Parts: sequence; structure tokens; C-alpha cells
Amino acid sequence: MARKNTGYGLLIDYEYCTGCHACEIACAQEYDWPAGMGGMRVTEMIQQLPNDKAYLAYLPFPTELCILCAGRTAKGMKPACVQTCMSACMKHGRVEDLAKEINKPRMALFVPK
Amino acid sequence: MAKKERQIVATTAWSAGPGCHGGCGVLAHIEDGRLVKVEGDPNHPWNQGRICARCLAMTKYVYHPDRITRPLKRVGERGEGKWQEISWEEAFAYVEEKLVKIRDEYGPESVIFSMGTGRDIGAWICMLAYAYGSPNVMFALSGLACYSPRIAAVTTVQGDYCILDASQWFPARYEDPRYTRPECIVIWGYNIPSTCPDNVFGHWITDLMKQGTKIICIDPRLTFFASRAEKWLQLRPGTDGALAMGFLNVILNEKLYDEKFVSDWTNAPHLVRTDTGKLLRAGDLPGDGNAADFVVWDAVAGKPAVWDTADVTYKAAGVRPALEGEYQVKLACGQTVQCTTVWDTFRRKVAEYPLDKVAEITLVPADDIRAAARLYATSKPAAIHWGEPIDMTPAITPTTQAIADLWAITGNLDVPGGNVISRYAFDAVAYALPGAKGAIKLKSAEMDKKRIGADKYGPLGKFIWRAHTDLVIDQIFTGEPYPVKGMWLQTTNPLSGIGMDPRKWQKALEKLDFVAVVDLFMTPTAQLADIILPAASFLEKESIRSWWIPLQTINKAIDVAECKSDVEINFELARRLDPEFKWNTVHELFDEILANSGMTFAELQEKGWAFPPEGHPSAPYRRFEKGLLRADGKPGFRTPSGKFELHSTLREEWGLEPVAHYEEPPFTPVSRPDLAAEYPLILCTGRRSAAFFISEHRNIPWLRALDPDPVVEIHPRKAQELGIGNGEWVWVENWLGKCKLKAKVTLEVPEWMVMAAHGWWFPEEKTAAPDLCGTFRSNINTLIPMNAVGQDGLGSPIKHMLCKVYKVRGDEA
Ligand code: SF4
Ligand code: SF4
Ligand code: SF4
Repeated sequence: MARKNTGYGLLIDYEYCTGCHACEIACAQEYDWPAGMGGMRVTEMIQQLPNDKAYLAYLPFPTELCILCAGRTAKGMKPACVQTCMSACMKHGRVEDLAKEINKPRMALFVPK
Repeated sequence: MAKKERQIVATTAWSAGPGCHGGCGVLAHIEDGRLVKVEGDPNHPWNQGRICARCLAMTKYVYHPDRITRPLKRVGERGEGKWQEISWEEAFAYVEEKLVKIRDEYGPESVIFSMGTGRDIGAWICMLAYAYGSPNVMFALSGLACYSPRIAAVTTVQGDYCILDASQWFPARYEDPRYTRPECIVIWGYNIPSTCPDNVFGHWITDLMKQGTKIICIDPRLTFFASRAEKWLQLRPGTDGALAMGFLNVILNEKLYDEKFVSDWTNAPHLVRTDTGKLLRAGDLPGDGNAADFVVWDAVAGKPAVWDTADVTYKAAGVRPALEGEYQVKLACGQTVQCTTVWDTFRRKVAEYPLDKVAEITLVPADDIRAAARLYATSKPAAIHWGEPIDMTPAITPTTQAIADLWAITGNLDVPGGNVISRYAFDAVAYALPGAKGAIKLKSAEMDKKRIGADKYGPLGKFIWRAHTDLVIDQIFTGEPYPVKGMWLQTTNPLSGIGMDPRKWQKALEKLDFVAVVDLFMTPTAQLADIILPAASFLEKESIRSWWIPLQTINKAIDVAECKSDVEINFELARRLDPEFKWNTVHELFDEILANSGMTFAELQEKGWAFPPEGHPSAPYRRFEKGLLRADGKPGFRTPSGKFELHSTLREEWGLEPVAHYEEPPFTPVSRPDLAAEYPLILCTGRRSAAFFISEHRNIPWLRALDPDPVVEIHPRKAQELGIGNGEWVWVENWLGKCKLKAKVTLEVPEWMVMAAHGWWFPEEKTAAPDLCGTFRSNINTLIPMNAVGQDGLGSPIKHMLCKVYKVRGDEA
């Protein structure tokens, strides 16, 4: 049977993700993940562009371990990664609401669970 | 099972622990006296709930199994790794005995009190050194090449330091009606999101970008900002001074400067003698003029007029100073000299940097420089925010001066959204940065006479109350003019972190009679000590943070074994070493430091943080107009002339070139083509990491996993040419030494440069000498000399050495 999502997701404006990795450690702290594991992984991507140009992007990627902070959000709190994000570039919410907020390039909507 | 009671303590993160200079508001969650979680304080105006990876990892830091939790006394040979745990009472008595012995035999100046980047140590290390009687407090980086040079250089020309205005002076921040968002921010050599904010929260800049602020990024390396900048100027490391002169050139030629600010608030109209190149003084004129006063040409009366520096006004009424022109002035000695204005000499200097020349020096195309300079100068307001590379060059002061000239002449000084004068909140001075005088001071000026380097280098004599690092290390070997016998090192690890030529450091430490280290972990440097005192993290202590805004307290949340805070350790020893030590408790000391704020420590602690009210000298804006900067309450700046000085009076006094200019650094393909023939790549070091603060945090698994190896970044084409694959170990080598780093093949660096990570040691390896946690194996500072400082003693070539890179052979791996 196909997995059903909960209707919640994470909207990430990765234009403003600076690759600070705070979200990763916030998740590790919340769930005491051992080093190297966790609900969030931030990847660095360097895109080669024409004319010897390049663009550096970071993408915070919710992994298989992300449970969307079900416990926290049930209490009305933000997910740990969202609360701590240094650039305030992540948002948690209902997928249909978040989808409406995609109004600029370099945004991604994740539905991790 | 009963739910555990949870307490939440609000405090300020200001080292030790996260390392950085941030000052973020954090909430420490405590259960049964144990730290279980650290979060950003959502109510704190500084960071609004955000905190970075290093602060979040504090639970793993404070209870780390390797933490030193009791004082350790060396029992074997120095470095052998044999230690005995002793009580604090024994430890204090031992340190006291050793220090008193050196003081009795050689004098107190023979002990150096050395720190790394200061944070919540600077004040307390001074307190101890001064109680002992030594003026030799030292920041252990060659040429003091981090932050204090920038502060001193800016203070030299404008009497105060200033920083980017991201609305941090107001509790309501961006919403405050007094604030204006900068239209443009120049990020000058600063990868601030993954760094150690110098009292700016790096992500304020992304906040502003979201609101529309444009970025000009000056950096040889592709960073977050470089990718998102309106203009990215990818300059050759060390040529920032030339680039700034190029900006000035565009701004002057295209008349993009603020004429009113230039004529009213800078010393542009002051006359300069063409025979000596020095400022004409009223004392040179016939009559009994004061040598402290300056002279202008009054365009109305057609004769010289005197600028009275005591009154900060012209002696005569109705003076209209000429901004340009050549004038014959008759001197008291009967001679007539040709004079010109500061503005003219400044313009002439700037004219020496046409854009094609600047492009050749910096490798940035002239059109890009022009476009960026125009964008900066036509954005109102605009701010410049700079990083460490500005200090990490021997010509730091003229570079800084050129950049300060930029914000001054474009009218962006102390205006909303510009570069705003930053003072200790409420003028409560704890940390003694350049120029500051607070509760903690030497007992007499006499005691300062022996401070190493103060008589040699102007800024050290005038602003920076530090011993000169390079001279200190040399003096350990020469014993001239007096012997150096002991060193107190407090939360600094020069062998792995800020010590240039680390082998020299090792030999210097080995030569001393007594070495004490205060730290939280057994570092390679601590391994060479006679005694190690275990320090507390910020979560385990009380303290004050006053640079700059807001004024905050650090509040104790937990205890960890027998660790003590830096202030407590130093306080106890100071009390023992100085019979006249005036404070009875640490709180009394805090209260005196806070006296200017009108609050006691307890009262401030209650509030958590406090902002000075409008009209206070430590709150913006336009204080130079309102008479809030000077002690006499008159409008103007705290400089010898009372003006922003395009021609620096102090630099003239120190025998240095008084006007901004560019100097080619000592070891570049331009200055040393002979070396470049064998070492063709520009070696840039000090790449910041989101996981680490300088040499800290390699032992915190969460953080190490983010940045596991000492890397050197190499451009793909260069790597291919050298036969180096991504992730392979390489030697980075020059005429001073070599070190082994892991190649990261990446477009982040240009083809002609490599960027090496710094601060590496391997806490997981053997600590005892000669291993010292492998700190010499991957230590990029092995390739950087000491004593390559600027003419004023500041700066060091840390960002622009030369090297070659080649693969580590299989049998060397
Ligand atoms: S939502 Fe919660 S579980 Fe998922 S990555 Fe963020 S912190 Fe981890
Ligand atoms: S905390 Fe925010 S800015 Fe930092 S890496 Fe995560 S998503 Fe990016
Ligand atoms: S920037 Fe990071 S390390 Fe520095 S105080 Fe803020 S949260 Fe802590």
C-alpha cells in the first residue's frame, strides 16, 4: 500500500539557506541522534554556469528520519529545525497552505512523512 | 514515572563553549541540575530564537568525557603527558608561589598573560595581569591581526569604531521607525553565516536581503553572498586596499560624495605644508598659536584662519574654509611655505589609482569596480561590513583607512542603515578593546612602560593595551631588553590555532620557567603547561557582556564538576597576588563595571538585557552633530582635530603615511616573483566553518561530522593539472614548511588560489609530545611566518602566502 502523508510539510526557501547546519543539529539535539544521523541533511551544491560562472546553493533536505516533529507540532510548537533556522527560511504547515506560498524561484516543498 | 521538573534559564552565549563573539540570547533547559537542551530565546531582540550549530551542540560539549574537571599538575617532563589531579586550593597556592618567585627575581613584566580571541576573558586576564603588576597582556596572533587592528585604525581617523547598522540598537529592530534599511551592503571579505560574528549576527544580513537590500560581495572565494550579490568582486587576496582606492577614485571623479559632510565634518580644508607633507599648525604661524591647532585658508578674508581644537571651532567668526587650492603661508620663522588642502592631497593620492591600474592589481575588471562603486555611493543609505581578511595583511591600517573614508565621504557615518558608531552599551566597559578605559586598569602609567612593543608601535602606545606578540616571542629567546620567564595562557591554543610558525611557539613555551593554562579540554598547548586549570563554559558562569549592544548578563544555568569561570579563577589569584586588590566579591567587580549604566549586576540580570536610551552617547544616530561623542560635549569627533581625518594626525605623529593608500603584501606573485616561480599558487587560509570556532570543537562528534577533515580547496582545472582527485591527501608546501590536507576539488576557489582550513588538531589522537594530537601535521600556520607585520606593528600575511600543492605518495599516507 502506498504511504499516505499526513498533510503537513516543510516549505523551504533555499535561496536564503546559508548552509549553517543549525537545523541539522537542532534535530540531532531534539531526538539525540548520533553524529551523522538525523532528520535533516544540508547539502552543498555548486552549479557550474556558462562563462566560467558558478552558483553556490545549500539545500536542507528532510531525510527518512524526519518525523516532522509530530510531538512538538501537536503542542503548537514549531519543529525544532524551523524554530532554529538562522535564516528563517523554513516553514512548517499544511501542504495545501504552503503550496500557495510558493511565489518565487528557489523554493521547495517537502512532505517527508 | 513522574515527569521531571524542567527549569529554563535565559542567558547570553558568550564563550567558552560556542566560541564566537555573538552574544545570542539562549534558553538553557535544565532537568535535575543537568543541561538537556539549548534553544534560541525567541524574545531576545538579537537573534529572535535562532541559534547556530555550535550553541546547539552545548549539551555534548559541557558533559564531554574529555573535559578537564579538576586542576592538573604536571608530574613528568613538560609535554610528557603525566598529570596529577590536585585541589583548587593546591592549584592556587602553586600558581601563586611560581608567579611570586618570578616577580621577585625578574619583575612582574617577565610574565606574559596571553589569550586567544578574547570574548569573556579579555577583561579578567587584564585584571589578573594588572593585579600581579604585569602590563604584558597579549593577544597571541602575529601582528594582533584580528579585529583590534581594524578598531584601532578606525579609531585613529574617526575617534570611535563603527559597524553595520542592522537595527541592533532598538528592541523592536527592523520595525523601529528610527531605523532605515540599507539599500546596499558591501560584504567585504566575510563569509559571515559560517563564522564568528564580531558583534553582528550574520543572518541579520539575510533578514535585510529578504527586505530588499542589495549585496556587493568582495571575496576571492565563491560564498553564499558571492552567489547572491548584485556585484561580486573576486579580488586577489591582500589587494583590498587597492580596491578601496579604486572605489574612492570613482566616487571622487563622478562627484558621488557628500559634499556637506566632507566640508563640515572632515579635515578636508586643513592645510598641508608641501615642503614637509605635514599638517600646518597654528604654532607654525606668526603670533602665539597653539601647536595643537590646525590651519585653513579663509576664502573670505583671503588669509589663514585657525581651527581651534580645544573649542572645536574657528578662532575667528565667519570663516569660509577653502576646500581646494594652493596657498602661500608666511611662517613665524619668516619663511614662506606653499600649502595645499587635505582634500587636494587626498584627491591626488586617490588619483594614483585609476581603474585600469586597480584592475591590474586586484584582478577585478575595471567595469565591475566602477559599477560596484556607483551602486555603493548612490544607495542611500549604504553600509560596509568587513571581516578578518582586512586585518590579516600587513598594510591593514591604510586599507582600513581607505574603507572608512568611503563611508565617511558618502555620508554613511552614524546614520540609520549606514556604518554606525558602536560603543560599549551604557559606556560600561568590561572587555578592554582598543581605546577603552574602564574599571580594570593598571595602577600607574609607570607600570605600562615595560609593555613589549608599546614604545615601538604607535597604535600600541595609544589605543591597544596589548604586548606585541611577535616581539614577545622573540624576547623569550633573546632575553632583551628583559627576560621573559612565564606565560599564563587562558583559553587559547596557539600551537593549533592562532600561533603562526607553531614550531617556534612550541620552542618558546618549552624555554619558559613556568607555563599555566586555563582551558576546558587538553589541547596541544595545554600539554606543554606546568599546571592546567579547568574553566567553565558560558552555561556554568555569571558574567557581563557589554560590547556593544545590548548590555547583557551571562547567567549560570548548571555546574560541571569543579570547573570554575574565568573571572572566578582570575579573581582569586588577583586577590592573592595584590594586597591592594579592591574588590571583595566578583559581584562587586561587576557592579563597578556596570556603574555607568545605573544598574547593579543583580538588576541587569533581572532584566536580561538593556538598551541605552536615545540621546545616550552609546545610542545612535548622528552623534557627531549632537555633541554626544566628545567628552567636552561639543559637536565633532574624538580625534586630535575633532574632525573625521582624511589626513590622519596620529599617523603623521607616528611617522607613517597619513593618507589612505595601497601597499603590496610581502609574499605575493607581484612582490616576490622569485618565490612564485617555485610556489605558484596563492595560499589563502582561515576559511570559516559553520561547525568550528577557530581551533575548537574538533572533539564534538555532531560538529565534527559536519566538517570532518582539514581541507584545502582547489579549483577543478588546477586539480586536474596537478593530478589531484577530490578527497585525496595532498601536501601544501612553501619555503617555511609543509602540511598535509585533504583536497576538496571545488569551484569555490579561483584557479590561481587555494584555500586552506586552519585550526586543526586531532583530539582523538595521542596527546603527549611529540604527537600533540597531530597538531603539526595539518597545521597551515606552519607555512606562515611571524614578524611580517605592518609598519605600525599590526597585521600579518595570513590570507596571501604562496605555496605549491602535490599529492601525498602512497608510502607517506
Ligand atoms: S521537522 Fe523535526 S524531525 Fe524533521 S528534520 Fe526538522 S527537527 Fe528533525
Ligand atoms: S538552519 Fe536554515 S539557513 Fe541554516 S542550514 Fe538549515 S535551513 Fe539553511
Ligand atoms: S552565533 Fe552561534 S555560537 Fe555565536 S552566540 Fe550566536 S548561536 Fe552562539
